[in-house]
Order: sequence, then C-alpha cells, then structure tokens
Amino acid sequence: MEALILTIIATSIPLLLAATGELITEKSGVLNLGVEGMMLSGAVGAFAAVLWLENPYYGIVAGALCGALMASIFSIFTINFMTNQVATGLGLTIFAIGLTGLAGAPLIGKTIPSLPKIEIFLLSDIPLIGSILFKQDFVAYLSIAIIIFISFFLKYSKSGIILRAVGDDHQSAHSVGYPVKKIRWYATCFGGVCAGIGGAYIPLALTPHWAEEMTAGRGWIALALVVFASWIPWRIIVGALIFGGITIAQLVGQARGWPIPSQLLSMMPYLATIIALTVISGRLSKNHNVVPSSLGKPFFGSQ
Amino acid sequence: MITFIPRDKVSKNWIIIAPILSIVFTIFFGLLIFTFLGYNPIETLYQIFISPFSRIDRISDILVKACPLIIIGTGLMLCFKSNVWNIGAEGQFIMGALLAGFIALSFPNIETKFFLIITIFTGFVGGALWAFIPAILKTKLNVNEILVSLMLVYVAILFIDFVVRGPLRDPMSFGFPLSKTYPEGALINKIHFPGVGFLGQLHYGILFVVLLIPISWVFINKTLGGFKINVLGSAPQAAKFAGFKQNSITITVLLLSGGLAGVAGVIEVSANIGQLQPEVSFGYGFTAIIVAFLGRLNPVGILFAGIMIATVKLGADNAQISMGIPKVVTGLFEGILLFFLLTGETLQKYRIKWSEVKY
Repeated sequence: MEALILTIIATSIPLLLAATGELITEKSGVLNLGVEGMMLSGAVGAFAAVLWLENPYYGIVAGALCGALMASIFSIFTINFMTNQVATGLGLTIFAIGLTGLAGAPLIGKTIPSLPKIEIFLLSDIPLIGSILFKQDFVAYLSIAIIIFISFFLKYSKSGIILRAVGDDHQSAHSVGYPVKKIRWYATCFGGVCAGIGGAYIPLALTPHWAEEMTAGRGWIALALVVFASWIPWRIIVGALIFGGITIAQLVGQARGWPIPSQLLSMMPYLATIIALTVISGRLSKNHNVVPSSLGKPFFGSQ
Repeated sequence: MITFIPRDKVSKNWIIIAPILSIVFTIFFGLLIFTFLGYNPIETLYQIFISPFSRIDRISDILVKACPLIIIGTGLMLCFKSNVWNIGAEGQFIMGALLAGFIALSFPNIETKFFLIITIFTGFVGGALWAFIPAILKTKLNVNEILVSLMLVYVAILFIDFVVRGPLRDPMSFGFPLSKTYPEGALINKIHFPGVGFLGQLHYGILFVVLLIPISWVFINKTLGGFKINVLGSAPQAAKFAGFKQNSITITVLLLSGGLAGVAGVIEVSANIGQLQPEVSFGYGFTAIIVAFLGRLNPVGILFAGIMIATVKLGADNAQISMGIPKVVTGLFEGILLFFLLTGETLQKYRIKWSEVKY
C-alpha cells in the first residue's frame, strides 16, 4: 500500500510541476501549448547532464535551463513577433520532438542514477505518513514549495496582482504603465522552467532510460490539469494525484491480469482527462471570472 | 528596439516573400543545429532536400506520401480558417481507416471496384464521428477542442492496436498483429502507365486529391458556406452581427475535417498496406497541421506544401538509412518552418520600425 502511494506521488510530480508553471503563464494571458515540448527538452537535457556530470542534481538544473530555452523561443515569436499562440505552441512541441530525437539518439540504451531520497529529521520516522511525506526526493519537496509560493504570490503579492492584471486586461495594464511584454516573458519562462524540471523528473526518478517522446502526452494532460484546477494552484495537487492514481491503477490492473484488454486500460488516463474537462468546463462556462480574459490574445502595444 | 507599425493594407509582396524567406531561414537554422550536434550539414542537406528527387520512382513516391497530407491538410484548413483548433486528425485518420477496414473485411469476396465508394464513404463517417466528440463537447459544454481532439488520438491509437490484436486479427497470421488482407474490391491499384509501367508506388488514390483541390477552392471562395467560414475566422464580431450560427459552423468544419482525415486513412491503407495493422498512420495527422499553415490555408497552397513536406519526410527516411539520423528530425524542420511562417503573417499586417527609444 505504501509503495503504491509512493508510486502515485512520483507519477503525479511531472504533471504537477508542468501544470503549475503553465498556470502562471496562462495567468499572464499567454497560452503556451508547447508544454509537451518543453518537458521533452527538460528530459533530454537532464539525462545528458547526469550522464556527463554524474550527479542527478545537475539534471534538475539542466532540465530547468532547457525548459527556459524552449519557453524563450516561444516568447520571441508570440510576444515579440505577435504570432498566433496556439499554432506557435504546437510548433514548439513538434520542433522539440525533432530536436530531442536528434540530440537524444546517442543517449539510447544508457542508464543514469536516480535522485536520492532526502529524509527529514525525526518527521520521517512517523509511521506511514513519515515515509510518504518526509522521505521524498528534492524535486518532490520543491514542487510543493512552488505551489505554496505561487498561491501566496498570486493572492497577496503586488507582483502577483500585476501579473493577473496583465492576463485579465492587457490594454488597461499597459495604460497604467506596466510592461506587458516583459511580464509575459517572465511568466512564460517560469512556465518553461517548471515544465523543464517536470520533464527532467521523468528520467531522474521514473524511468532511468532515454526514449524518443518519453513524456507520452504528459504535457497535454498538464494543460488539461490547469483547466481542471480552474486556475487555482492547490487544486492542481488534487488533479495531479487523481491522474497519477489512474495511471498507476491501469498499470496495476495490467500486472494483476484484470480481464480487460491492456489497451483499453491504457486509455483510462486519456478518457479521464476528457471526462474531467467536460465536467469542469460545463461549470466554468457559467462562471466567467475564472479564465484570464486576455488568454491567448496577442498584445500589440500602444498605437 | 523593434516596434511594429500597422500597415494600411495587407502587403501583397509579403504574401509571396514570406513563405520563401521562411524556407530559407528554416534551412539555415536547421543546418546550424545539425552542425552544432556534430552531423555533416552538407550531406544532411543533400539527403533531406535533394535525394528524394534523384530518381523518377522516388518523385512518384513523394506524390504518394503527399496524398494523405494534402487530403488531411485541406480539411484542417476549414477548421483553422474558422478558428477551430482540431489537432486530432491523426486519430480521425485511424478511426476512418479502421471503420472502412471493418466493412472491407466483412465482404471477403467482393471484387468490383465500385465497392471503394462504400469503403471511402465509411472512412469519411468514421473520421467524422471521431471529430464529432470534440465538436459536440465544444458547442454544448464549451470544452476545449484542442485537448479533447488530442486525447482522442491516444485513444484511437490504443483502440486500433486492441482491434488488430484482438477481434480482427487474422487467425492465420502466425501470431502477427495483422488483419486478413482486404478483398480485391477494397484495394486501390497502382497506376499502370502505357509504355512505361508502374511509377514507384503511385496509385489511383491520387485522383481524389485531383478532385478535392478544385472542389475545396470553389467551396472556400465561391459559396456562402465558405464565406461564413472566412468571416467567422477573420471577424468573429461581424459573423455574430450577420447572424451566422457559430456552433453549426464549428460542428460542420470539425465533421468535414474529421471526415477528410478518415478518407485519407482509407486511401492510405487500401493503396499501400492492404490490411489493418497496429500502425496505419505515421504521424500524417500531425504533419498535416504544418501543411495547412505552410499552404497559407489555401487549397492550392496546401497542394504545394504537401508535396514539399512529403519531400522532407522521404529525405529524412533516406538520411536515416544512410547517416543514422533519427527520422523524427523532420519535426525540427517543421517546427522552425511554422515559427517563421507565422512571423511572416505578422509582417503582412505590420511593418518593422527600428527605433532608439526603449519602452
């Protein structure tokens, strides 16, 4: 049971990080559909860095940098050149699949060490809860810290309120004198860093090998999680754990030989995403305040 | 600092210059990345862009590969023009192929080629049904069609895998995940040119493209339906005032694009494979997104874009065989190309002004 819960948590962490980053990006009014691509880049960067420097912590840094680099490409085109965000995001993912396939070709068949678990003094000795909550790796603690941080950031800090203002009405925010483009750049890059670390976590903790397209749609599920969470940070934790649970449930089902064909079990996370989106969107359409109003609209500056 | 100043009129010159410049930039940046990662840039360039033209049968293979891309791309054009983001064509392609395959395998002795009309129609229905799911969710419950259509790709890939390994598996296939082969009536033949013979794999499915391009051109430019799609995409407010029903347009374009992707699936399987297998598409549905944009959401443009992207795909296959470059590398070119094409779209509407002032 304990092992099962630990696996579910580990599976949900990449989703959690990527979704949290995307939440900040979307709050600034930018819809970055390239999450899958940024995660892939993070994964390949982390894998190469650990193989080269033989220390899993450098993998986290490399993942963050690769994610930020991809986000910068996205920002140049969508924010500065004002390209369509949906198409550019798709392009980013397609680009990253090609780039990581090429860069990752020499890495196939190699193995890297996993992130070590950090035990928190005394707390980790509490039965059951101790080993689940206080015997995790660095990224697990980091992701919770990020969620707590951005919850407060968005609600109580001045910068957080400015960020939301830019996402809700960029024209007004610009008139008041806030640098809309600069703020969107930062928010998009933050999203890239989070997605990069989330992607890095896959080779660092889940499967220590590199494979082409190893993120397997997690970036897209992370995008769905933001909608599922209705842009409220803590709800991402709930969503990520549910999806982690469903993913592990279907794997357990396959291992135990449930009388359902394995392919139909493997569909569960994707079908669950559609169902979750349907349920939440039905409610959201009655409550328009939740979605950032400028989401996906390019900002042309003052004319 | 660069600032963008709106143009009074959309620049006609840029409409032509933008795609050409995009291709030049893409090749330049592609080569830069190849050199950086330690591949010989000249050899790569030759393999990807030139080698597909080196023999006549290879040129006909470009057309074979372009065929599904053009068919799917034309359907996606309708969606993208009206701001509906169907990115699940890959799944619609698979479901079209699968439903048509089911019909084809249900009549194992049929010989007349008229049967193809039925299988192609079935494929259209299969793809359209798969696209109907995001369509109905989008219009009734405001569910994001991007995510739903994409999730359904994964579902379709798993579903055809299940069907081919389970219910439709040929008991005589020695354990391979293959269905029985299609009856003669459901196969699309290769074209036999009198005096020349076969040209590579070139097949009669190409006729569908020959019909589709002019029909879709007329539809988009000369009919009320096409007009509504154009207005909805470029001026949603005007469409609203004119009383166009946005939901019914959304549903229509999704059904049409899903249906066309399904037809592409039928043609691909009936002409090139002849039976169902777990992998019937090779990313055609995703590549067609790039084709639609590269063709500037215009049927004639899509025809050329399909041929160009098919060339790069075949070139990448050659590069994989001769240089060991993984063939996903085409994504690299497609991604960069899309970035620059979209930038070109901005430059049509805005001109660049260099200024010293920092803002």
